[in-house]
Amino acid sequence: MNRRQERRSYIVGYVLALALTLPVFALLAFDLLPRRQILWIAGVAAAVQIAVHFRFFLHIRLKGQTREDLQLILFTTLLLILMGGGTIWIMTNLAHRM
Amino acid sequence: MNRRHPGLNLGEAHDSANDDAEKEVFGFWVFMMSDAILFGLLFATYVVLQGNLNGGPGPAELFEMPSVLIQTVLLLTSSLTAGLAQLAMKHELGTRRIVLWLLISLGLGLAFLTMEMRDFLTMTSKGGVPQASGFLSAFFALVPLHGLHVAATCLWLLALLGQIARYGTDDATKTAMLRLGILWHFLDVVWIGIFTIVYVGGLA
Amino acid sequence: MSDILLGRLDASALPWHELAIAKTGLEVISGIVGLTAALLAVLGALLVAAALTWWRLWGPLWRDWLTSLDHKKIGIMYVVLAFVMLARAVSEAGVMRLQQALGLGGGGIVTPDHFGQLFSTHGTIMIFFVAMPFITGLINYVMPLQIGARDVSFPLLNSVSLGLTAAGAALMMVSLVLQPFSTGGWSGYPPFTEAAFNPGAGPDYWIWAVTLSSLGSTLTGINFTVTLYKERCEGMHLMRMPMFCWTSLCTAILMIFAMPPLTVATGLLALDRYLGFHIFTNDGGGNMMMFANLFWLFGHPEVYILILPAFGVWNEVFSTFSGKGLFGYRALVMATMCIAILSFTVWVHHFFTMGQSADLNAIFGIATMAIGIPTGVKIYDWMLTMYKGRVRISVPMVYGIGFLFLFVLGGTTGVILANPSIDYQVHNTLFLVAHFHNMVIPGTLFGMIAGYTLWFPKAFGFRLNDRWGYRAAGLWIAGFLLAFFPLYILGLMGMPRRMVAYFEGAWLPWTLIALTGGALIGLALLCLAVQLTVSLRDRAALAVPVGDPWDGRSLEWALPAPVPAWNFPVLPVVEGRDSFMELKKNGDHLDRPRDGFADILLPRPSMVGPVIGAAGLVAGFALTWHIWWLTVLTLAVIVGAMVARGFVRDTEYTVPAAEVEARWNAWRALADASPRIRRRDEQRPANRGHAFPAAQEGEA
Repeated sequence: MNRRQERRSYIVGYVLALALTLPVFALLAFDLLPRRQILWIAGVAAAVQIAVHFRFFLHIRLKGQTREDLQLILFTTLLLILMGGGTIWIMTNLAHRM
Repeated sequence: MNRRHPGLNLGEAHDSANDDAEKEVFGFWVFMMSDAILFGLLFATYVVLQGNLNGGPGPAELFEMPSVLIQTVLLLTSSLTAGLAQLAMKHELGTRRIVLWLLISLGLGLAFLTMEMRDFLTMTSKGGVPQASGFLSAFFALVPLHGLHVAATCLWLLALLGQIARYGTDDATKTAMLRLGILWHFLDVVWIGIFTIVYVGGLA
Repeated sequence: MSDILLGRLDASALPWHELAIAKTGLEVISGIVGLTAALLAVLGALLVAAALTWWRLWGPLWRDWLTSLDHKKIGIMYVVLAFVMLARAVSEAGVMRLQQALGLGGGGIVTPDHFGQLFSTHGTIMIFFVAMPFITGLINYVMPLQIGARDVSFPLLNSVSLGLTAAGAALMMVSLVLQPFSTGGWSGYPPFTEAAFNPGAGPDYWIWAVTLSSLGSTLTGINFTVTLYKERCEGMHLMRMPMFCWTSLCTAILMIFAMPPLTVATGLLALDRYLGFHIFTNDGGGNMMMFANLFWLFGHPEVYILILPAFGVWNEVFSTFSGKGLFGYRALVMATMCIAILSFTVWVHHFFTMGQSADLNAIFGIATMAIGIPTGVKIYDWMLTMYKGRVRISVPMVYGIGFLFLFVLGGTTGVILANPSIDYQVHNTLFLVAHFHNMVIPGTLFGMIAGYTLWFPKAFGFRLNDRWGYRAAGLWIAGFLLAFFPLYILGLMGMPRRMVAYFEGAWLPWTLIALTGGALIGLALLCLAVQLTVSLRDRAALAVPVGDPWDGRSLEWALPAPVPAWNFPVLPVVEGRDSFMELKKNGDHLDRPRDGFADILLPRPSMVGPVIGAAGLVAGFALTWHIWWLTVLTLAVIVGAMVARGFVRDTEYTVPAAEVEARWNAWRALADASPRIRRRDEQRPANRGHAFPAAQEGEA
């Protein structure tokens, strides 16, 4: 990749990141949707935005990446789901029974 | 193109720095993943304790979204400028250009911290102190920790500028910049989580 | 009242305080026990300092050891730390056994508060400052040699990790003199450990000692993982690594991901205690159950952090002393990975009784039982490794066979406990205490001692005395059986854990048997000390300078003993598993480098590790006693040390090729002059470390 392409990658990433963030603020600011729905939209936007950061700023690709990097990211994601999800599940379960 | 490690790769032209980078950046990336677990658990704690207002002020009274918006834009922009600093280094556009982009990133980081501190002070003036409730305790355990990371990164950036002043862009400063860049982008990702789960989730 | 200079540290922290305010006979005895312990600690420190001064060893200690970045020396220092702390924690166990033997109808030798401190320090030390340093030390020493590397990936970070771990251990020792320690157990559950119930320094000592150790272990995990991924020599594919490296890799990954939950738990508890947060408090909207959840998110992977390296040692022991390659290498690798991943899915079994629904408990119960499967695979693989092998009952093998029997029994009780409805019955009883000691002593501790016996000659150039080794092994096994099997029965009889006094006469015989077992374990420890002394005395007769005393299979045995600072004269190239054994079968060894010897770059010693360690210790102490100026100062020292290190460029020194070549030539000459010995002479002075492969003895 040459210099111009690389710079464009950062700028595209930046624009995408803004495009994924600003609408959520707008939705909140003008109360365009019920709050619960905004949270869902924000959640999806956040997931996409994390992918954008990984792709354009951290240069993680599915192909051509050193294998252990990808394994590590997937393993961390698995553990975050296990630990975070497990925690919320257990504590909610407890709260319901108290 | 072969990517030997996460983040920007220096490429063959940088020779020994590129070799050093492979294990150093990989090691730093592993550290980031460990840190991700730390933040993940604090997020989970926040979600669990979020409803425990204990009669204290809640998110609707305390959160100021315009300020959060500005902080978000500041952080995102600083990620771009930190990336441009790395590109300037990779393509050897001269130390001045590198330092300039680094200083801009530092300025944006400090501006973010200032805004965040101002927010915390506004919150405490409204009775939103960490001692008030489980919700606020969880908030103040999570969000300032991110701020502390940003502050530490700014300190590291200053030290790195000192190294560049002393040694120029040698192998050590090059790989340090790669790692710093990764940390900077990683803190952005954490901020996305904070913005979504703490602020939007708190208001929902 | 808080003093600007000393915080809340005052005369009541001094070790004779308990004695000074004693009113009853029990309090006087308890005070004497505490004072004796403190005096022993101070006396021990003074004796070491005096010896260092007398033999003028402060300089060498600083230059050659504390500041060294050599993974082998750092490994040895870790193991020394583990042994020192083991002596203290075993002594504490002895006092507790004595107390429970005398505690019928009240009485005994320690007060409830003192007893609480004893089981808290015992558990904390055994996990964080015996088991963790021991495994870290062994991996540090052995793993880079086994993968044909010059050092770990980040030698300075290695030294910092050691500094932080040692700081935590030192803080534990300080708490023996400037009391009190926490009475909240090794798991430190709030709300008991919250400021509302325990405003004193005790829980703070626990928090900072554990936090220091956990930071050190996280960094160690990162270092080992990167080393195993990036520093393997040419041809050393992942599937060619010795099994010890595989278990090291899984342990390291567990360290990276399981330590953060502990840091979060202790960090949040500290926020509660220091700044009045309400995370785990029972008022103000806190949730104390969150602590149990976070703690065991760390705690369960932790037990696999402890056991996997021991499994690694057992792989080496069983195959080396059976003269055979491992049976089922692939299955063992898969089993290790399965255990590592499953270990993150079972944490709820530590708090089945907290009140969550039965369905949730059932899911975690089943996941827990599932871990028995890969572990069972391992047990069968080890037995099949011995099958038709030329088994030598050496000292590590005695531990190994004891391990096989006892570990399976302990594992069975684990499966019993994994059933939530049974767990409800024996939760918090001595049955549980018996179970986890049954896993950790025959599993981890025997494994570590076996590894110490196995690799000691590699590190120091002479074998350990066998006779005292057998005595120690026998006493460990017998002592373990007597000390802990009665606890299963006591648990089933309903005796809760951590009990200072009781009024049920039927428990007495069993507590007395357990006391006898405790005494035998004390003797076992003594035997290890005698073994070391005797071996040092007879080191000329026990010397194995050629470096391969046990007919080893992996690369570390291809090097002289002790190993030179640069490990390999040139980085080796391997062509298969058990690479050294393949060479030996042709009467060969690591070749003279084809392209001649070259200069070698090694990391220069650095004071950053010890400085950060010392500052970490003082910071922990200052935080414990609310000495704020000192806290700020030491944190500034830590940050300053890191920034300053960034400006250092001259981080390596060169070993000239001529020196490497001279050492190599001398070693080869020695090897040629020493006959290759057969396995029947393994324990005789004829063993100079030049082995004739056991597998070929029949042919020759």
